Amino acid sequence: MSSADDRPHDAGAASLALTAATASPQPPGEPLIQLRNVQKYFPIKSGILFTRQVGAVKAVDDVSFDVARRETLGIVGETGCGKSTTARLIVRLLERTSGEILFEGRDVASYKGDELKGLRREMQMIFQDPYSSLNPRKSVGSIIADPFVIHGMLKEGGARKQRVQELMDRVGLNPEHYNRYPHEFSGGQRQRIGVARAIALQPKVLVADEPVSALDVSIQAQVLNLLRALQGEMGLTLIFIAHDLSVVRHMCDRVAVMYLGKVVELATNAELYSRPRHPYTGALLSAVPVPEPPQAKRERMLLTGDVPSPANPPSACRFHTRCPKAQEICSREEPPLESKGGASGLVACHFPLTDAEIAQKLPAALVRSAARQPTRNGASAGSDRGGSATTGASDSSPADDASSTDQGS
Amino acid sequence: MSEQLLRVEDLRVSFATDDGVVRAVDGISYEVAAGKTIGIVGESGSGKSVSSLTTLGLTRSRTTTIEGRIMFDGKDLLALDEDDMRKIRGNDISMIFQDPLSSLHPFYKVGAQLMEAVLTHRKVSKKKARARSIELLELVGIPDPERRVDNYPHQFSGGMRQRAMIAMALANEPKLLFADEPTTALDVTVQAQILALLEDLQKRMGMSIVIITHDLGVVAEIADDIAVMYAGRIVERAPSREIFDSPQHPYTWGLLRSIPRLDLPREDELTPIPGRPPSLILRPSGCFFHPRCPYVQEEHKRIDPRLEPVPGSSAHEVACLLAPEVRNELWRGLGAGDPQEHLVRLAAGAGATLSAARSGDGEPAK
Repeated sequence: MSSADDRPHDAGAASLALTAATASPQPPGEPLIQLRNVQKYFPIKSGILFTRQVGAVKAVDDVSFDVARRETLGIVGETGCGKSTTARLIVRLLERTSGEILFEGRDVASYKGDELKGLRREMQMIFQDPYSSLNPRKSVGSIIADPFVIHGMLKEGGARKQRVQELMDRVGLNPEHYNRYPHEFSGGQRQRIGVARAIALQPKVLVADEPVSALDVSIQAQVLNLLRALQGEMGLTLIFIAHDLSVVRHMCDRVAVMYLGKVVELATNAELYSRPRHPYTGALLSAVPVPEPPQAKRERMLLTGDVPSPANPPSACRFHTRCPKAQEICSREEPPLESKGGASGLVACHFPLTDAEIAQKLPAALVRSAARQPTRNGASAGSDRGGSATTGASDSSPADDASSTDQGS
Repeated sequence: MSEQLLRVEDLRVSFATDDGVVRAVDGISYEVAAGKTIGIVGESGSGKSVSSLTTLGLTRSRTTTIEGRIMFDGKDLLALDEDDMRKIRGNDISMIFQDPLSSLHPFYKVGAQLMEAVLTHRKVSKKKARARSIELLELVGIPDPERRVDNYPHQFSGGMRQRAMIAMALANEPKLLFADEPTTALDVTVQAQILALLEDLQKRMGMSIVIITHDLGVVAEIADDIAVMYAGRIVERAPSREIFDSPQHPYTWGLLRSIPRLDLPREDELTPIPGRPPSLILRPSGCFFHPRCPYVQEEHKRIDPRLEPVPGSSAHEVACLLAPEVRNELWRGLGAGDPQEHLVRLAAGAGATLSAARSGDGEPAK
């Protein structure tokens, strides 16, 4: 199904790494996690005594993508698009219905018992709500020490306490607050506790599910900066889930846009935000309120109605019921996720947005800032184009450094 | 200049709690002209919601102290008794809340809740009230209103619930609508729909809107004037354009620069506002923002700044002790990406030379 991926599915990790390495002049974007046609259906049951399944919520439906080592992959979408479910499938908090999720080339479903425990050390999660994700009856010290307890690491007492305090210091908490309880901390500080707990075992992968959406605006930047700094220091692979497109743009190397359980567009950061191809991505970007007074009112691409139910999604292209560009074929034939018009990004659409439409519908400032950075776009697009469309990435940040300094105002 | 529909004068609201007196709103004044939209921006705990709830008479209790005046249509709302207030609430002034699920009663049909809004203020038959409910649902863009009027809130999606809330608020064609974080619980595409709907309804019905939010993007879209609140006070107030073009308060700069924005080049590091909002029980001395302000000078810890006009702009006011020229210089420097240390030094240097000239300004902290 995944026509996006031109490599054989059963290729070993070694050859995949090679493909990526030859495709990109940047350090090899070796895939750490690979999703292949992953589906997650939640059964809908009916009846009291004799329950039977009457349907299924197709939360994640045939999703395939790779995550390269040390890159940040963003997953964006609206409520109910399956982004959190995808994250939970990756860390195996949920069992998928079908498909494959490979971590370092091995299917995560094949891990059992102690092995699974070992896998959990490699993949950790940060949750959205810093209030409900910390046990109110445990002190911060013991919350952060829990990973060590579970995995039998570090001796109780001295060494463990010292390590926990190092972690607290690293995430910007006062180590003297070791014995305090979660209610004594503000939302931002609690989220730091969650981060400390997640990095305690030095995982390879960190999955952050809406880590800042519950925080005050002035605090969000603190947590985002922390995550980025930690990623650089520890070489983390970060899967960053958010509904806020500006936050995702700030954090991620590549972005997957999901709609009703499907990935509808997958592209590098620079490309997605300067040239969104899928009408849904265009609508999302167009809907973001930009703190720029309306001197030039842009023509907004307002979607009508709500997201349809994932229990009974529209036929073929799931977006066709709300798509301004929909034609008859869209309700008949499902568009594959593929590269269109020479771009490196992948899009699942019969009629991707044209440049003229993008210029008209997007916030003027976004189009401007994209136009100001032709080198950056060119560079990252070029390096990806060589092949391995799903893996190449994580290379846009060096270019960012150069281009961000000369642009202000 | 159109007449002022609402004039809030030196409003102070404090709550007595076991831990001490919470000064939620501390001397704010603003006006709303007929047919205009003002945005009140602030973080949680800045007093933005308390000020609007007080206008509707919803904060009255034995432990609350309210001072100041709220003039609406020639009447002081604070002086009205509960019966008179009830006649105004939901009629001339109404409100939309943040969370549409918890603001609708789950046991009653949406139609019944809309009819209640109509029947409370008008002597009409139930049949007419029902017809009005259907009309209202249609007005806010709910498809198939004849059928939907008999639905329960749980049968509505998040966006539709917010539309139903708006319908309820508009039932009596209010002159003034308070929208408290009306889109915070919604997805971006639905948020855009709701904001467009509010603008459209305002055009058709000519009401004034006070929109309360933490999102500067939302107010940029629809507000004519913006007031930025911090720790119970308005620290900056100006027409929307000016807030974004030449913001004057370091807190406003922080808000504008600490969030990733689609309209600015992607930065590697955001500039967060350090620390966190102060407690409203034990407030900092001097300028309330001084513990978090990168440009703080020694005297700012003592002197309490007042909201004063910005030179060269009649409608722009700011409560900041930095000299206007220093502020302009700093904002320009921030935009140009000057290193923070350089800006801090700039503020300090200018502070020393200017402090002599400004020693008479400002009141000492209480």
